[in-house]
Order: sequence, then structure tokens, then C-alpha cells
Amino acid sequence: MERIRMVFSGSGGQGVITASIIIAEAAVLYENLVAVQSQSYGAEARGGATKADVIISDSEINFPKVNHPNLLVCLTQEAYTQFSPTIRPGGFLITDTRYVKTHNRVAARQRELPIYQTVMDNIGKPVVYNICMLGAVISIIDIVRPESVMKVLEARIPANLIDINKKALELGRKLGEPFKEL
Amino acid sequence: MAVKDYIRERFFPQMWCPGCGHGIILNGLIRAVEELGINKNDIVMVSGIGCSARISGYLDFHTMHTLHGRALAFATGIKMSRPELNLLVPMGDGDALAIGGNHFIHAARRNIDITVIVMNNRVYGMTGGQFSPLSGYGSLATTAPYTNIDHPFDAVDIAKSAGATFVARSTTYHIRQLTDLIKKAITHKGFSVVEILSQCPTYYGRKNREGNAYEMMELMKQITTPVGSKAKKENPDLVETGVFVEIDKPEYCAQYEKIIERAKKDGLVRSPSTGRGRVSPGLG
Amino acid sequence: MNEKNIKFVQGNEACAEAALYAGLNFFAGYPITPSTEIAELLSVRLPQTGGKFIQMEDEIASICAIIGASLTGNKVMTATSGPGFSLMQEALGYAVMAEIPCVIVNVQRGGPSTGNPTHVSQGDVNQARWGTHGEHSIIALTASNHQDIFSTTVDAFNMAETYRTPVILLFDETIAHMRESLAVPEKGALDIVDRLKTSVKKGVDFHPYLPREDGRLPMSDFGGIHRYNVTGLFHDMWGFPSSDPKIVHGLLRHLVDKIENNVYNIARYKEYFIDDARTVFISYGSSARSALHVVKNRRARGERIGLLELQTLWPFPAAVVRKICAEVQCVIVVEMNMGQVLQQVKMAVDDPGKVFLANRIDGMLITPTDIRNIMRVIQGKGV
Repeated sequence: MERIRMVFSGSGGQGVITASIIIAEAAVLYENLVAVQSQSYGAEARGGATKADVIISDSEINFPKVNHPNLLVCLTQEAYTQFSPTIRPGGFLITDTRYVKTHNRVAARQRELPIYQTVMDNIGKPVVYNICMLGAVISIIDIVRPESVMKVLEARIPANLIDINKKALELGRKLGEPFKEL
Repeated sequence: MAVKDYIRERFFPQMWCPGCGHGIILNGLIRAVEELGINKNDIVMVSGIGCSARISGYLDFHTMHTLHGRALAFATGIKMSRPELNLLVPMGDGDALAIGGNHFIHAARRNIDITVIVMNNRVYGMTGGQFSPLSGYGSLATTAPYTNIDHPFDAVDIAKSAGATFVARSTTYHIRQLTDLIKKAITHKGFSVVEILSQCPTYYGRKNREGNAYEMMELMKQITTPVGSKAKKENPDLVETGVFVEIDKPEYCAQYEKIIERAKKDGLVRSPSTGRGRVSPGLG
Repeated sequence: MNEKNIKFVQGNEACAEAALYAGLNFFAGYPITPSTEIAELLSVRLPQTGGKFIQMEDEIASICAIIGASLTGNKVMTATSGPGFSLMQEALGYAVMAEIPCVIVNVQRGGPSTGNPTHVSQGDVNQARWGTHGEHSIIALTASNHQDIFSTTVDAFNMAETYRTPVILLFDETIAHMRESLAVPEKGALDIVDRLKTSVKKGVDFHPYLPREDGRLPMSDFGGIHRYNVTGLFHDMWGFPSSDPKIVHGLLRHLVDKIENNVYNIARYKEYFIDDARTVFISYGSSARSALHVVKNRRARGERIGLLELQTLWPFPAAVVRKICAEVQCVIVVEMNMGQVLQQVKMAVDDPGKVFLANRIDGMLITPTDIRNIMRVIQGKGV
């Protein structure tokens, strides 16, 4: 398989780091793949810019960081400005229409998705925002099955929150569906 | 058991100067242990660095001579591991309240069952007579040749406010009281502190013109009064002796045993405020 | 949990899991980035196994507490980073002098001083060796992936017991914080060295510092059936202070020899494509991952290049380095400092002129591109 290098970026509290851990863990535990996840730390536990790197592959991964992603998620304008120039030509760049205004100086397949709007319209709770984003990611790049993501979530979160997470993941997949890589 | 059964005779005579008060404390400590009938094998003595710290070498207990100021941190590790042992930590005034001040207040705060004996001679003797945090304003020392402008700590006040559950003070003049207070401190379940004013005729006494050992002990008699006495009200400069604090509070090691019970039973920890939330180490 | 017991964890978690596997039952620590996850995890796990966790008032107290706990018969550890490791140096020397087994994790971050708390560095290599005052020897180990963090941590506990010495685990921020898979070995899959305890019976004189014929010193749990003295002063076989020149000399020689005479037994390293290599990287920790990345890419193109990954940093495996570098044209030490291991390599090889440094010191993990660029300069190809 082609090695997938992903960068999830946004601001603290959006759950981008958690999302990066979930997709990488799902790949390792339930897809029999190799994955490495790392993140940039600021002193602030909440707020501020956050960035997480995930590499998924079927062979050993040595250098663990992602300098040039082939899938980049930017959930703030600041993240978009900072990281969009790093994307590999032809890669996927996913943004949320609510937070990011894109421009056309990026050599990537830009996918502007109403993630926040969809979550608020259908679930009404921003807490599952990152799971909806993850749904879009796994639908655009077919690397981890939704069942695997759900298995990771089931092991991590209380039972009463499983349903809305599942719903968020499905909503995200529908958002990504039209852009599915063939 | 005879007193000499508690000592390591081959190290005598001890290294303290003639007239030093620390030998009197050693004497009182042995009598306290003997009167309580505690087996030598059930006592661990952990000391730091300084004249006071040498006391551990003379006693036939489990003894550990550690780093300057750090005795309580070592003792905490031992006590946590073997809560059934009696931990005695003799400390000098600098050892306890300058370099070791942080460990002193935090051990007190935890209320871990350790007995501290602050052998307060108001000076760094081992290094040749420098001032300590207990020397006092206006005193003279080899590093305070123009008089000391540092204000002193009150060891009892610090122990009290840091959370020690037994706090007492005596002097080397009051040998019977000293012995009695050490007994009470050892018996007390929790962090106990006994400050004992001790004389250093070699440095403090000589520098500050307090005379020889006999005269310094006579002075201790004059400047002290039992806690809560009428004399203290009339003369606030008097130093009180006796028991200042004696309260029951959950002891640290006993509390930790309960943590172990809970951890073994539940396997997960709930937030005390909401009762919700699972621990998922490694996440976030 | 799945069949193979695969976990997807941070390096810090791999270290904590390994410590428990090795028999850890007492941990004392103080929060400091980037090591804190070790303390957090052990605060949960230790009491579940009947072990004990205590958060002390500072790093000095933390290492003192584990030394005390180790003496009573526990396997102990503390974990910290740069500033905390600096504070621990005095007590580290105490553990060396009093020969008390303990494991000290230093997850390296940028320094000196508060430095760069959330960013990677390998600047504490020499501090691990010489941080505490006075002549002594020390064991320091490191690792570049989570499986190796696990086995190295178990090794650290085993060596601490075997040699009655503190052992330093010198990890770094990148490896400690990143997540990858870890297969937790089955119980019994890795050897565990338990404490060598004295067979001297109660009531019979026990000499805590009288070595057996094989040089090892059996211990008696402090506070147990034998009463003895422990001190940071030079001491005789009873543990009582002595400044007798013969005793001082003998003890110091013993402290150094017990480690330096076992360099081969303590040396841990991995060779990648060394056999016919003309260029060899020497690296360790997270920078070894970048070096290996370059090696694999270049090998695919037919270049004769290899990697020696050091897992034991101290005592420095000079003989291993000398042998591997003997026939090599160019040695490039890849590390994130100004050349701390470079110095050791230069001293170890016959021709120090062929040893070069590829480094990065700005808090970012050295990249394969960084290494390739430096190689161009070394080879005279310009940037």
C-alpha cells in the first residue's frame, strides 16, 4: 500500500489530537497496519494551535513526523495558512467551511465540508465534532473501516455516548462520500 | 535492656565537642526507647548531615546517614514501604529548616508517621559556626561578623502550621521532660516534631558570650517556661516548652492502604466530584 | 486487549508498563514535562498491584524516597526531565556510593535551564555520565522505539539489581510522547533479575558491604532481620564511615570496576546493514529513526551505508564502536546536541578524522533531509 501521511491541525478543544490517536489506534489494533502518531505540544492545555501527525503504512515506520502530508485537515484559518503550503501535490486538503476560507494557490484536492454545521444541525452537540471530521477522512481515504473506529471509541468512552459518536461518524462519512478516492 | 545495649560501643567516645548538648539528647532518646520497650529491630533512624546527623552512627538501630536536609525524604520512602517500623529522624536546625525546610513542611503536611527530633543548637557546628535560620536576629556567627540580620524561624510554629499532629519543645536542661516528650512523639500516630534546644559552647556560646556549657544550660532554664504559663504573659520573650499540638488526623500510610484497597477493587477511578469519568491512561 | 496483547501507546506508557513487568513496586516523582505521563499512569496502576506511588514535593525528594524504598527491598523508579534530573544529581551520587539499586528515567527536553520543555533534545548524555560529583561509573540506556523502550526498561531494572547501582534511562521527548504499537511480552518471556538477598541468618553478623567472591553484594532488606548502617561517606564493610586511605581507595575502585569491567555485558546495540558498509551512522534514541530512514532509502539505491544504533550510552561501548568502524571510510554520528556521543566515538576509533557530526539543536527532531544535506557537505558536494 501507499504510505499515508496525515496532518490534523486546528485549535485546542476541537479534538484534532484525539481524532489523530483514534484513527492511528484503529489502524494498528483492527486493520493490522503499522501507525505512528505524534503531536506538537504547546504549554497550554486548551486553546492555541494544535497539530498532530499520523503515518499509516503496512511496513515499519522510522521517521515519525510528517513534513509533507498527503492528507491535511485544517480546522482554523491559522492552521490553513500555516500548513496548506506543506501538502504533497495531489494530496487531499479538508477544511471546515465554518472556519476556513480557502484560496486556489494550493496544489491539492481541496474539500470544503460543512462539518460543524452538520454536527449542530443533526446532533446539536459540538463534542462529537472531531468524530464527524474523522468520518469524512475515512470516507475520502479508504484506510480504516468505520467499524474499527467504533471499536476504539467503545473502549475509550462511556456507553451512553456511543450512539451520538456513531451518528457523528456516519454524518462525516456522508459528507466525504462524494469525494471518495477511487 | 540496659542503656548500653542500644549503643554501638565501639564508636565511643562520641565525636561531639566537650559540653555539646547533643549527647544529652542521645541519652534522653535511648531512655525514651528503653522505657517504651521498643525492639531495636523495629526502629529505623534516618539522619541528614551535620553534628546532629552523627547520632545515627552511635545507635544500634537500622541506621541511615543520608544527605544534608534530605533525611525526611529518604525516611518517607522507607516508611511507605514498611509502615510497621518506627521512623526516627534527628535533624539539626539548618538540616531541618534551611536546606531541608521544604521536606520538613511537606512531610508534616502529609502527616506521615515519622518522629522528628530537631536538635536546635542555633548554629552550623560541623562547618565551623555559621549562622542558621534559628540563630536569631542580632546573633554573631562566623558568617555574621557584623551581627546577623536574618530573622529566625520558630520551629514549633512552622511544624504547627505545616500540619504536624504532635508538636513539642524542650531543652537539654530539662532532661526528664525531654525524654517524656520523645516518648509521646514516638507513640503518637502521625507526624510528630520535638524541638530540643541544645547548647553549642564551642561556636554559638563562644561567639555570643553565653559562656560554657553549664552557663548555657543555666540560661536555657532561665529563658524557658511551661506552655501556657502566667510567666509567658508577663514576659513574652520567654520560650515555651511542653506540648503545643496533639491531635488525631488520618495518617498518610494508613490512607494509602485504603487507596490500594480501592484500586484493587474498582480497577478504575471515578472523579470524586461527579462520579463520572474513566481513566484511560495515554489518551490526550 | 487483543490476542497478541498489542497496545497503541506513548513511549512513556511503554516505559511504565515495562517497569511494572520488571517488578516495580515503588515510584516517587514530581510532575515535569515531558515525563509526566509515566507518573500519571503509575499512580493508577501501582496501587492495583499493591505497589505504592507517591508524589513528592520536588525531584530531590523523589529520588531520596525511592532510594529509601529500594533499601527496604522494593524495585523502585522515578521519572523526570532536564531540570528535575539536575536536582537529582546529589542523591544519584548517594545511590552510587551506598550501592542502592534504582532506575531514574530522564526524558530529555531542550536545555540548559527551563529550555524547551515540550521539544526534543539529546543534550543530557554527558550529564548522565558526569552529573553527580566525584569519580564514579554509571549505567545509562536508551531506545528508539516502543518495543525497545519496553525491553530496555526491563534491562535497566535487571542491571540495577545485578550491579547494585542506579541505572539511568535516557529517553527523549519525541520517543516519549509519540504513539506506536507495543506488544506487551507474556509473563516470563523476558528475564527478570530479582534482588540478590543475603543468606546470612538472623542473629549472625551481616556485612552489607562485603562482596562475595564473584564481586556481588547480597542485600538484606533494611528494617528487617539485620541492623546495619548506610551512609554516603566512604565506608567499611559494615557500612560505617571511614577515611582510611586503604578503604577509600578500595571502595572507589570497586564502584568503578563493577561497571567498567562489565562493559561487554552491559553493552546493548543494534546493527543495520553494517557488514559491507563504507559509511556508518552512529545514533541512538529518536534520531536513530531518522538515520535508519536514510539508510534504508540509500540501501534501496545500492549505497553501502549502515547504522549502529547504541542502546547503552554508558559505560560507552568503545570496543564495539572501534571494531565496527575499523574498515569504514566515513562515520557520521547523528544526535541532537553539539556532539556528546561524537566525542566518545572520536576517542574510540583509530582515525578520528573520519568521524563527522550530523546534528540538530533547535528542538525539532532531526529529519532524514537534514541528514542527507549534511552528508552532501561531508562528501564535498556542497549544499
